[in-house]
Amino acid sequence: MSAVTYTGARWGSIWMWLAFALAMLLMPRIFASGLSITLLSQMGIAIIACLSYNILLGQGGMLSFGHAVYTGLGAFVAIHALNAWCVASPAFPVSLVPLVGGVAGMVFAILFGYVTTRKSGTTFAMITLGFAELVFAISLMVPEFFGGEGGVSGNRVVGAPVLGISFGPAVQVYYLIALYTLVCVVLMYAFTQTPLGRLLNAVRDNPERVEFIGYNPQRIRYTAFIIAGFFAGISGGLGALNFEIVNAEVVGAARSATYLLFTFLGGATFFFGPILGGVLMVLAFVMLSELTKAWLLYLGAVFMLMVMFAPGGLASLIVINLRLARHGKLRALLPAYGLLAVSSVMCALGFSALVEMVYHRQLNAAMGPVLRFLGIALDTSTAAHWCGLLTYLFIVVSGFEWSRRRFALQWDMQQKRLEDERLRAAVAP
Amino acid sequence: MEFFLISSLNGLCYGLLLFMLSSGLTLIFSMMGVLNFAHASFYMLGAYIGYSISQLVGFWAALVVAPLLVGVLGAWFERYCLRRVYKFGHLPELLITFGLSYVILEVVQLVWGRLTLDFAPPLLLQGPAFTLVNHSISGVSLYWGSVAPELCTSLDAALRVVCSPFPATRGFMMLVAITMLASIWLLLKRTRGGLVIQAALTHPDAVQTLGHNVPRVFMLVFGAGAALAGLAGVIGGSTFLTEPAMAATVGSMVFVVVVVGGLGSLSGAFIASLLIGMVQTFAVSLDHSLGSVLASAGLTMAPSWQGSTLARLTIAQLAPMLPYLLLVLILIFRPRGLFGSRD
Repeated sequence: MSAVTYTGARWGSIWMWLAFALAMLLMPRIFASGLSITLLSQMGIAIIACLSYNILLGQGGMLSFGHAVYTGLGAFVAIHALNAWCVASPAFPVSLVPLVGGVAGMVFAILFGYVTTRKSGTTFAMITLGFAELVFAISLMVPEFFGGEGGVSGNRVVGAPVLGISFGPAVQVYYLIALYTLVCVVLMYAFTQTPLGRLLNAVRDNPERVEFIGYNPQRIRYTAFIIAGFFAGISGGLGALNFEIVNAEVVGAARSATYLLFTFLGGATFFFGPILGGVLMVLAFVMLSELTKAWLLYLGAVFMLMVMFAPGGLASLIVINLRLARHGKLRALLPAYGLLAVSSVMCALGFSALVEMVYHRQLNAAMGPVLRFLGIALDTSTAAHWCGLLTYLFIVVSGFEWSRRRFALQWDMQQKRLEDERLRAAVAP
Repeated sequence: MEFFLISSLNGLCYGLLLFMLSSGLTLIFSMMGVLNFAHASFYMLGAYIGYSISQLVGFWAALVVAPLLVGVLGAWFERYCLRRVYKFGHLPELLITFGLSYVILEVVQLVWGRLTLDFAPPLLLQGPAFTLVNHSISGVSLYWGSVAPELCTSLDAALRVVCSPFPATRGFMMLVAITMLASIWLLLKRTRGGLVIQAALTHPDAVQTLGHNVPRVFMLVFGAGAALAGLAGVIGGSTFLTEPAMAATVGSMVFVVVVVGGLGSLSGAFIASLLIGMVQTFAVSLDHSLGSVLASAGLTMAPSWQGSTLARLTIAQLAPMLPYLLLVLILIFRPRGLFGSRD
């Protein structure tokens, strides 16, 4: 029986990989505009970065505040390699530059990881933060390598075109990124299936027991850290090729924090979570930041809610609901879901109206007191609008709390039923 | 001489400010095992709220009210957010305080704007507390308050007179820090409540069994830690800068302090705060580089090295990375920190 499901599962995953590859192949045909090609390229880069980060966070339980050190240093080495080698010797193809970045990321991970992975848990987090600050401080001091304020720029169109590919058009770079993304995702997935990947999970869950069965948890963490550094460097190298400029910002603490935020939002407990996270990251940076100036506030608030109510991220929400749907339990929840959705959307609208009104007073006061919010004119200078908004907020928040409690009750009931059925099935012959 | 004195006082002052922050952080950490990533954000919040209150009713009221408000906010956060994630383990605890630091930073920019605020100390604290006058003949003398300008200028070119004022705000900062530390120490060691807190640090279950509400003790300690950070914020904000970047600059330094001192060790945090305060203050005032040191030792560098970054960088320019370098060195040679008891 197990053999049948095993091959079934294997075929299922092969189909999934094919669909993933096909999607990446066809995406530029469906979204052919210049903006969407740029977005897709950045998504590929972000996916590799978030997945490599998740080797630490999700698989190893290591909360790093300095992952941008490895993507960033990889990017710097890659752009120097592009400027030095590709120009000097045409035999060195541009398409291998991200690999140089990967090796650089790995070398720095070998160097720094020796210190950082000596500890786990909270201390590990603090040390990675210290290293991130250290590297950022150095990056401002050594303009020879880091290019100072302007950064280091390069030109990816060097040498004779190979098979007609010059990497001039953005779509050619997209396909290079897509290829790297596919290979890296497959490799990182394969890593989770290796004995080392399994041991890494064990070190996350119970390092003492791992030590008892004869492995050194510190060494396992170190090895995983090096592997994560390699993939981070590849992502940095791809970024260097894509943007053709690298500045000190790429090693900054804000970049590291972004990786953490979006890997977690996507879901650190499932392999595909960080892929969602990477896609979200690009969408948020390009679209959300266009929409509102307060987008980091929304991001932080969503992140806090996620930590409190769904620590498995988006991926876990998807998986739980799929599981309910497969057992036919989702239908009973739909009315409660609908209520919850309506009330939370109304809450979110109220809060964002409040935030936008405050921001308007703060930043756009010169443009007059009236703010257009979703077609409604809100006057930030009259008390009536503020009071009206606060009353609205009070009503919708109460409504939200009521529907949330109702939903939580039904949710627990359905989960319990599912659990009971599972137990009964296990007991029955 | 007077440079050394003033610099060490400045270093001591900065170190004490760091300790005001790291003591709260350490107390929270040793009690709940939560490293509060948003601790420096409470510091910033204290400065901003303090600014607003001082605009309304004056600085001295702000010094009392702002920390209380920040403390209430901290306790509220512990009660309604942090307590929800205890069951998930230490990682989500760190993550939620990380998310809070994001939110506080944005809210501060939302409410008070992105520019540096003009948070001036009250008139009493403006100007120097004392001035050291170094006269090349009569030596160093100390004057309380500021000195008349004619004392600092010499008519004779052969005489050298240097005046080094020490700002009153810094003196006040040291005074508040020391009072605060003494009262915390007394509270922890000499009162019944302090005994309960100390017991809850190590044996929460036993304290719970004896009828104390340990979750409430946690909430109060978290709130008290936030209030201390807020107090440090009101003083630090009026002495240094009140700007949105203040949490990030002090925050990473405070984390260095608690790791160097040893996580959970209050005395370690004290020593490390002073150490880093001194290192930072002295480093920024030293203008030597590898090139100039070698040159004064009579050595010349190879011509290809003379213009390089390595030879050019001065200690003052290296100052921002020194604490982190210290952190890395400590972790290599003494991984549990200076006074840490646990690994």
